[in-house]
Amino acid sequence: MWEFIDERKAQIAFSAYQHVSLVLQAVLVATVIAVVLAVVVTRFRPLEPVANAVSAMGLTIPSFALLGLLVPLVGIGVASAFVAVTFYATLPILRNAVVGLQGVDARLVESAHGMGMNTLATLTRVRLPLAWPVILAGIRVSTQMSMGIAAIAAYVLGPGLGQLIYTGLAQIGGANALNSALVGTLGVVILALAIDALLLLLGRLTISKGIRA
Amino acid sequence: MSTTTPPSNTRAGGTDAPGNPDVSGVDLELVDVLKRYPGQKKPAVDGLSLHIPAGEIVMFVGPSGCGKTTSLKMINRLIEPTSGTISIGGEDVRGRNVDQLRRHVGYVIQGGSLFPHLTVAQNISVVPRLLKWDSRRTSERVDELLELVSLDPAKYRDRYPRELSGGQQQRVGVARGLAADPPVILMDEPFGAVDPITRQRLQDELLSIQEELRKTIVCVTHDIDEAVKLGDRILILQEGAQIAQYDTPEAILAAPANAFVEDFVGAGSTLKQLSLSRVSDVELVHPTTATVGERVAEVRARAEANGDQAVVVLDERRRPVDWMWLRELAAADTVRPVRDDVLTLDRRATLNDALDMMLTSTHGAAIVTGRRDEYLGVVNFTAVTGHIQATEQQLAEGRAADATAGRDDAWEGGGA
Repeated sequence: MWEFIDERKAQIAFSAYQHVSLVLQAVLVATVIAVVLAVVVTRFRPLEPVANAVSAMGLTIPSFALLGLLVPLVGIGVASAFVAVTFYATLPILRNAVVGLQGVDARLVESAHGMGMNTLATLTRVRLPLAWPVILAGIRVSTQMSMGIAAIAAYVLGPGLGQLIYTGLAQIGGANALNSALVGTLGVVILALAIDALLLLLGRLTISKGIRA
Repeated sequence: MSTTTPPSNTRAGGTDAPGNPDVSGVDLELVDVLKRYPGQKKPAVDGLSLHIPAGEIVMFVGPSGCGKTTSLKMINRLIEPTSGTISIGGEDVRGRNVDQLRRHVGYVIQGGSLFPHLTVAQNISVVPRLLKWDSRRTSERVDELLELVSLDPAKYRDRYPRELSGGQQQRVGVARGLAADPPVILMDEPFGAVDPITRQRLQDELLSIQEELRKTIVCVTHDIDEAVKLGDRILILQEGAQIAQYDTPEAILAAPANAFVEDFVGAGSTLKQLSLSRVSDVELVHPTTATVGERVAEVRARAEANGDQAVVVLDERRRPVDWMWLRELAAADTVRPVRDDVLTLDRRATLNDALDMMLTSTHGAAIVTGRRDEYLGVVNFTAVTGHIQATEQQLAEGRAADATAGRDDAWEGGGA
């Protein structure tokens, strides 16, 4: 296997980079979408069960099926992969962001208003910082999941380590089939662990000491 | 009996400062304020009219659901009145931007409601930051306020709320309410979430802060004893925020306006009189004192000359640090305190508080402190009972005088 890796170092490194890049960009966009949705949802209470249902059901859609549905809409390639990963990444973050924002003590919000903070200041200075640990937990779940989904997205010719896995599967029984699939899979796992560690560090840096568990 | 306007509730002009030039509060005026929630037949607040003079503490009390909190929150427009006007210092609250208005009205609620993700200093500087004070002015103000509420700035500035006790959190809450030096402060059950001893201390501190600042404070409570202790005036509300009585604590205790007030104020109003008298009203005794570091032999000689069994130990700023029996002094050459939690009473504490503390003290008396915790003397049972007897006698004389004036009916009600 080392030989296999050694021969393809540059290609594997590039795939790994593309994989991480796809996931991080998708999660970033997903976070923005999820937080905005959560703010809207917590403002209009009747929407809450809708949001919860959507985030629960969305995850039951097989990613293969979703990719199949996306191809006619956005075509084969990076765009489909990006949309699919972003879609799945949004769901856990949305759920956690709703829970996190709901969990903010109503008296703190009233207190903020009572001191003259407007709605936006209350959101950015009180509600989001207090909900942040829960949102970040959602981001971690979401990132782990997205690493796997990004691999599957290689089916529609998305970038990343998934290509190695599919190559391996396609050549099953061939000379480097097992090596290719293994390197792809292990690569995803190792990168996922590394990114999770980074997110943990991000939490240390961004969650106020006053509310850290 | 729905609305009783006591004689003291006469409208004076905007500058009704009661003879004190240092008043930093302003008048508050509510005229025909009505709040009706959609879908409810009866208004929550039904035509409340009220004048609150500058620099006074007015306590809103009443049973739950009487509209006292709703009335309070209409002042800073957390709840918008359906009709009527509210003005602060002669200016209609609806005339200015709601956020601007709230930045100039202090707001303190139960438990302090500090933001847990911000440090003490950041919590206190919320309003100064909204008002775009520069950081130097803000941090100076934070330290000043922490001193004011008896928290050491160096020690507490950078702590988070969860690292503070309930009482300390409440102190920071009060400091935060005072941060931008607002003329009016609204308090909603500010001391409801702390234990009785801490509550009493916080009340004393609020009174001494108020003595210095003379803000206009509106405070909601369900505790009539707290109202009697803190209030310059008490507003007793019935359902729909109907005024049952609005007067000074003395007047309300002596002459409840109607059966509702009488019920609410409760039985034993002679005992309640204890909440009206302050420790500073009674004669203090002055036992032997010692300063930390003084020679034990000298202190002992002084105590024996005075016939005292114990000495009050003060630090170099004359703050009491311990109350030691002579036998506890024996161990060392120089005076060193052995405890670090000596309980003291502020001179603004009520005789009720004093009795509480004396009953738990092994000395059967309580140390009294004044401004900045400076030692003033000691209050004992003899002084308190003496004061009660004197008050009783005065009341009896008053009653007799009123009886001869043919107004006995009013007083009978009060004494029942």
